[in-house]
Amino acid sequence: MRKIRVIIAKPGLDGHDRGAKVIARALRDAGMEVIYTGLRQTPEQIVTAALQEDADVIGLSILSGAHNHIAPRLMDLIRANHLDDVLVVIGGIIPDVDVPKLKDIGVKGIFQPGTPMQEIIDFINGHVRALQ
Amino acid sequence: MKTTAETARERWERETLAPALKQSPERRSEFTTISGVPVARLYTQEDAATDVPGPGAFPYTRGIHATGYRGRLWTLRQFAGFGTPEDTNARYKALLGAGGTGLSVAFDLPTLMGRDPDHELSLGETGKCGVNVTSLADMETLFDGIRVADITTSMTINSPAAMIFAMYLVVAERQGADWKTLSGTIQNDILKEFIAQKEYIFPPRPSMRLITDIFGFCTRETPRWNTISVSGYHIREAGATALQELAFTLGDGLEYVRWGVDAGLDVDAFVPRMSFFFNAHSDFFEELAKYRAARTLWARAMRDRFGARSDRSWKLRFHSQTAGVSLTAQQPYNNVVRTALQALSAVLGGTNSLHTNSLDEALALPTAEAATLALRTQQIIAHECGVTGEVDPLGGSYFVEKLTRDMEAGSLAYFDEIDRMGGMVDAIERGFPQREISESAYRFQQALERRDKVIVGVNDFAQPDGRAVETLYIDETASRTQLQKLDHLRRTRDDDRVNRTIDALRAGARGTANLMPLILDAVRAYATLGEMCDALREVWGEYEETPVF
Repeated sequence: MRKIRVIIAKPGLDGHDRGAKVIARALRDAGMEVIYTGLRQTPEQIVTAALQEDADVIGLSILSGAHNHIAPRLMDLIRANHLDDVLVVIGGIIPDVDVPKLKDIGVKGIFQPGTPMQEIIDFINGHVRALQ
Repeated sequence: MKTTAETARERWERETLAPALKQSPERRSEFTTISGVPVARLYTQEDAATDVPGPGAFPYTRGIHATGYRGRLWTLRQFAGFGTPEDTNARYKALLGAGGTGLSVAFDLPTLMGRDPDHELSLGETGKCGVNVTSLADMETLFDGIRVADITTSMTINSPAAMIFAMYLVVAERQGADWKTLSGTIQNDILKEFIAQKEYIFPPRPSMRLITDIFGFCTRETPRWNTISVSGYHIREAGATALQELAFTLGDGLEYVRWGVDAGLDVDAFVPRMSFFFNAHSDFFEELAKYRAARTLWARAMRDRFGARSDRSWKLRFHSQTAGVSLTAQQPYNNVVRTALQALSAVLGGTNSLHTNSLDEALALPTAEAATLALRTQQIIAHECGVTGEVDPLGGSYFVEKLTRDMEAGSLAYFDEIDRMGGMVDAIERGFPQREISESAYRFQQALERRDKVIVGVNDFAQPDGRAVETLYIDETASRTQLQKLDHLRRTRDDDRVNRTIDALRAGARGTANLMPLILDAVRAYATLGEMCDALREVWGEYEETPVF
């Protein structure tokens, strides 16, 4: 079975990358292939990276409140590039009121502060393996 | 046969401890601080000397003031900013009305990154994490009805610090305030941005030139302004241990002094206006030791490394803020208790200024009610619990003194390592502090997953309905308002004057003259922050890091 390939990206202007880096490492230690894009990636750059890397998962780390702008743009690009099988998850400070909106546009997992790493690992394993 | 007399501790261990352990074993085999440092069962006179020089005396381990808080309390300075300058101006008036004694401006990400609200990267970010300030017009609104001569203002701004400070100075000028008596602080600490918070624009070396230009300018023009707040706060939030926070922050401080001296400034002319900013984290005694060690190390380094002769250069003054990273989204009222304990430790550690976080800040920017409760927390510490009467109540504790000495030794070892790399700028370019912090962050997360460290309400004592507080929701209104105001500004200002001043700034960046006067000219012409930063981007380029994880 090939390793699950994950893009961890930090879109927007925010530079607080502790969460992105910790989850990148935890997923790698859990046996996944992780590509961390670095800071301030546009949705276009993230989708390009997903295409190039043949990613199974895109994980976004957003703490600044810009998710309502970034996530819809990213999901449109995903559909336009026929990447509908790519699992999109978001971690960070996402207000409860925004969770249904993000799920409606196709974000499968939303991980708010305090989520154990293992829960995220299990979620990704479960969803990606179900598709394979 | 050689015999050694049994020490008092050995006797206690044999007579008292051993039977007690036999009867009831301890809860775990090893106790550690939140940073993972082992903590012994008991400290005695064999571990640490307790005859430390008194408060107000070199090297200031016990505090920089002989009378502690008996003379003057710390400044109760609450960090605030959101939405438009109008929104934040109203919050400031409320904070000052509630007994706050200083202002502290939180800017939004477009401002921190030197981008105007109409830039592509600003979409969705304007006014979200702080207040948006695009030009002098916004700064005028932010301080409308607030006399800057009568307050002290701290501004958390780094890469574009020179431009934002220039806007503040022009507001002061127009209010008729004398620059010579203006008091406040700009954070202006770019090194910790490269290390931890990552809100950088230009590469390290031109960024350092902007900072030494500010040092030079302020020495002449604004002698009571704190030109930099060398910050460990963000280093700690990124995952550093207490020791790493201390060592990298002071390491940054030493680098700024070196650059200032190399730029031809007299140590005793600019170092007294340098200040520091630490994280007030959860491990009560470890934090205390950190503050005490910081003062001691700085005093010695200024006197012995840099030959400073003024005691004002030796005295490390610091602001502290309770640890945002310790706040939990689960059971948010628990955060009030965490914050109070963290604040108490900072007060006992001799903080000169303090911000207490609000209970809802793991979820959003704070509501006015939550921000008021945070301020009340400080007032209760200051006025009710009796910790301000004695100058250094915990000094002389074997445990505290030993932790302080260990903190100093660990920090000196880091300084040596950084010196061997050629200084902090070189260490950052190699990714050294960044890697150290990533390691610590991951180790702490693993400790949480294993429940070696407990966070109440998160990995233990959880409850299903643990979240029920009203939070502040910032919609896109601020963004629309700021875009309209920017559009109006661009249509009504004198474009020729803007272009002339921006061209002069660009030319100045290619040369070596102090840039502050050129930035002030551009600000007075209502050039936007984005326009000024773009001029410098054209000359200096933008920094991109190689991420390590």
